[in-house]
Amino acid sequence: MDSKIQSKEKNKSVYVRYIKKRAGLVWKDMKRHKVSYLFMLPYCLLFTVFILAPALVSMGLSFTYFNVLESPKFVGWQNYVNLFFADEVFLTAIKNTFLFAIITGPIGYFMALFIAWMINDIKNKKIRAFMTLLFYAPTISGQAYIVWKYIFSSDAYGFANGWLMKLGLTYQANLWFEDQRFIVPILIIVVLWMSMGTGFLSFIAGLQNVDQSLYEAGYMDGIRNRFQELWYITLPAMKPQLMFGAVMTITSSFAIHDQLAALAGFPSVNYAAHTVVSHLVDYGSIRFEMGYASAIATLLFIVMVLSNKVIQALLRKVGQ
Amino acid sequence: MAMALFKHRRRAKQSHSMVGNAFSIFILIVMGAFMGLPLLLAICNSLKPLEELFIFPPRFFVRNPTGKNFHDIFVLMSESWVPFSRYIFNTVFITLFGTLGHLLVASLCAYPLAKHKFPGRNLIFWLIVTALMFSTHVTAIPNYLVMSRLGWLDNYLSLIVPAIAKPMGLFLMKQFMEQVPDSLIEAARIDGASEFRIFGTIVMPSVKPAWLTLIIFCFQDLWNLQGSNYIYSENLKTLPYALSQISAAGISRAGATAAVAVIMMIVPITIFILCQSNIIETMVSSGIKE
Repeated sequence: MDSKIQSKEKNKSVYVRYIKKRAGLVWKDMKRHKVSYLFMLPYCLLFTVFILAPALVSMGLSFTYFNVLESPKFVGWQNYVNLFFADEVFLTAIKNTFLFAIITGPIGYFMALFIAWMINDIKNKKIRAFMTLLFYAPTISGQAYIVWKYIFSSDAYGFANGWLMKLGLTYQANLWFEDQRFIVPILIIVVLWMSMGTGFLSFIAGLQNVDQSLYEAGYMDGIRNRFQELWYITLPAMKPQLMFGAVMTITSSFAIHDQLAALAGFPSVNYAAHTVVSHLVDYGSIRFEMGYASAIATLLFIVMVLSNKVIQALLRKVGQ
Repeated sequence: MAMALFKHRRRAKQSHSMVGNAFSIFILIVMGAFMGLPLLLAICNSLKPLEELFIFPPRFFVRNPTGKNFHDIFVLMSESWVPFSRYIFNTVFITLFGTLGHLLVASLCAYPLAKHKFPGRNLIFWLIVTALMFSTHVTAIPNYLVMSRLGWLDNYLSLIVPAIAKPMGLFLMKQFMEQVPDSLIEAARIDGASEFRIFGTIVMPSVKPAWLTLIIFCFQDLWNLQGSNYIYSENLKTLPYALSQISAAGISRAGATAAVAVIMMIVPITIFILCQSNIIETMVSSGIKE
C-alpha cells in the first residue's frame, strides 16, 4: 500500500518534471524566435481586437437581451428559440440564403474556374489581359450593379420591358423588382454577374504559375485531351488557389445582401429577397436588438465555417 | 529555332483540338458580352441627356453625348449637403491609408508564418484561415461596441483600422511567400543579414505579384465601403454612401446615378489595368521555381 502511494507520487513527480522540461524547451524555442513574434505583433493585435474578440463576444451576447442602453441580461437559449419557433421572417431568410448560396456559389465558382482556364489558353498577351479585365470588371466596379435597376426598371423605358413590349411579348411593363415571380431569378443573374471576383484572379495567377515541364511529362505519360490535362496536371498544381477560391465563394455567397437591398429594396416585397444577413442588419442596425442579432450572427458564423470545412475536405480529393 | 517552333506547335495540337478552341472562344464572347454590356450601358447612360434616358423603345448607345449628368452631381450635392468633392476626398483618404497599412502589416505577419518554425505558428494560422471563412457581418455588433469604447465613432479610424486587420490579404501573402526558395533566405542569413533585412530585400521583392493582388483586393473593399454604421457627420461620409443617396431618389436621377456609378468604377478599373500588366510581367520574369 505504502509503496504504491510512493510509486504514484514518484510517477507524478516524473510527470511534472517532464512537463516542466517540455515547457522550458518551448519557452526557449519561443525566446529564440522572438523576432518572429515581433513581426506578427501589429497584425495579431488588430486581429484580436477587431476579429477574434468580436467573434467570441458575439457568441456570448447571443445568450442575452441587449439593447445597448441597458447592460446585457442573460436569457439562455431564448433568442435561438424565438428565431426558430416565433420568427417566420427568419425562416424565410434561411430559405432565401440557402437558395442564393446553393445556386450562385457553385455556378459562380465553376464559371470563374472555367473562364480563367479558357482565358489562360489565349496566346495573345494583350487579348488575355483584356479578357481578364472584362470578366473581373463587374466585381471591382462596386455599386455599378445599380445599372441593373435601369435594365429591369418597372416602366417602359427599362431595357427588359422596352424590348419585350416592342417585340409584342408583353403588353404592359413588368414590375421586375415588385413581382415575386421575378425578384429571385433576376437577383441571381445580378449576383452571378458579380461572382467572378476574388477567386477568379487567384485562378488566373495559379494557372500561369503551373510549371510547364509538368505538361511535357504529362504528354509522355499519354495525356490526350485538354480535360485530362486539366484534371491530372493543372488542377492538382493549383490546389492552394482552388482552396482559396472556394473559401471566398462560400463566404460571400452566404453574405449576399447589399446588391439585393439596393435593387429589390430593404425590406423587399413579401421578404422575397430577405437573407440571413438582411435579418441581421435589420435587428442589429435598425431595431438595436443586439442580443437577438448576435444569435443570428452566431448561426451565420456556424453555417459559414461548417460549409467551408466540408468543401475543403472535398477539394483535397482533386486529381486523385 | 524553326525546329523548336515546330515542336511547340505539334505539342499544342496534341491536346487541344480546333473544335475545342472554337467552342471556348464562343463561350468567352457570349459570357464576355454578359459581363461587359451592363457596364457599357452605365457609361452610355451617364452621357445621355434627359430626353434620351426616357424614350421608347430604349436605346443602348448615346446619340448626343453630354457632360450634364457629371456637372449635375457636383451642383446638386454642393447645394444641399457638403461639396461632392468632399465625398471623393474621404473615400480616397480611407482607401489609400487602409490599403498601405494592410499591405505593410499583413506582409510583416505573413513572413514568419511562411518561413519560421516557431511555437504557436499552426494555431495562429488556423485562426486566420477560420477568420477567412466568415464575413464581417458576423462581428458587426461587437465591432460597433469596440468602436464606441475606443471613441472612434464618427472618425476615419473606424473605417481604416479594421480594414488593416482583414485576414484575406495575410492569407494570400503567406501562400505566396511559401514559394520563395528557402535557400535564398538561408544564404542571406549566413551572410549575416538581419531578419528585417531579409524581409525587405529578399522576400518582399520576390512576392511582388502577391502585393499587387493584395492591393487590388483591399482597395476594392475600402473603395466600396459605405461605413454609414460608424460615421454620422455628413462631411466624413464616403462616395458609395453618396451614390446610395442619389440613387435612392429613384428614376428622376437616373442620369446622375449612372454618372456616380461611372466615377465609382473608373478608378478601380484603371488601377486594375495598371496592376494587371505588372502582375503578368512579374509573373513571367520572376517566376519562382525551386
